[in-house]
Amino acid sequence: MPKLVMTTVRVYVTLKPSLLDSAGRTVAQALQKLGYDELHQTRIGKLIELQVETYDEVRVKAMCDSLLANPVIEDYQIEVVA
Amino acid sequence: MKVAVLRFPGSNCDQDAYFSLRDDLGVEAEYVWHESTSLTGFDAVFLPGGFSYGDYLRCGAMAARAPVMAEVSRFAAEGKPVIGACNGFQMLCEAGLLPGALLLNAEQRFICKDVYLKAENRTSLWTRNVDKVLRIPIAHGEGRYVVDQVTAETLERNGQIAFRYVDPTGDLTDAANVNGSAYSIAGVLNERGNVLGLMPHPERATRALLGSTDGFQILNALKLVVSNL
Repeated sequence: MPKLVMTTVRVYVTLKPSLLDSAGRTVAQALQKLGYDELHQTRIGKLIELQVETYDEVRVKAMCDSLLANPVIEDYQIEVVA
Repeated sequence: MKVAVLRFPGSNCDQDAYFSLRDDLGVEAEYVWHESTSLTGFDAVFLPGGFSYGDYLRCGAMAARAPVMAEVSRFAAEGKPVIGACNGFQMLCEAGLLPGALLLNAEQRFICKDVYLKAENRTSLWTRNVDKVLRIPIAHGEGRYVVDQVTAETLERNGQIAFRYVDPTGDLTDAANVNGSAYSIAGVLNERGNVLGLMPHPERATRALLGSTDGFQILNALKLVVSNL
């Protein structure tokens, strides 16, 4: 039986730059308290890893638009790993 | 008037809503599981607060794709009363039935206290009975309403801003805007005015013993609207 080869696709979901990331701000403050004075900002996003039998950009984009990201508040980037 | 109180895995204000509607308001209420595909026989829908699906991915994101939501969309389109409080508001936004989205509170903390609300819209079925500044509790970590400027202007123009956070005298202040919401928005309506989403919990303010009965000013709509349907 042939071995099923999967493609790994990474979807990076980030909050739109215009929106306050209050959790990211707290993390930045914590890093500054640890002495990392060079740090100005931290923003937190999500990495969602998908394993698909066949990679179809249109279908992965549809997954992002319909569920993985909320276009009102988030942007996303797709990276095909292998 | 028979109200469907939706239940999702992780809902935790479903009983608050049920008992408030049945015992305090005096309308028929029945729980409906999220996998249900029919709301036949119901006149209105209440989407309760809680942490549906553990807030996985985004608050309300999974619930907004549950089977029962097709029926909620139908209710919205038919002009029937639909209300979502707290997590229910997040679901309605995620489902695209209301504009905007809800993010982590500006000051990160989970806030659980009474807030004061001013009804901006005075004509929708949900807001036309409000005749004073309301005192209603909130209990949320992710209630900061965000909306882009163009949409916000449209909301203002259409009278879709239902409630704003104000001080006890009804004035807009930065301090009153507890979670840092855009334009101090606490609740919004769809264009037709039959779908209301708000972060405060009117169902927790329908009994003097619980500290406030101001929730009636919103929920009374469910008793009054039936004669107009």
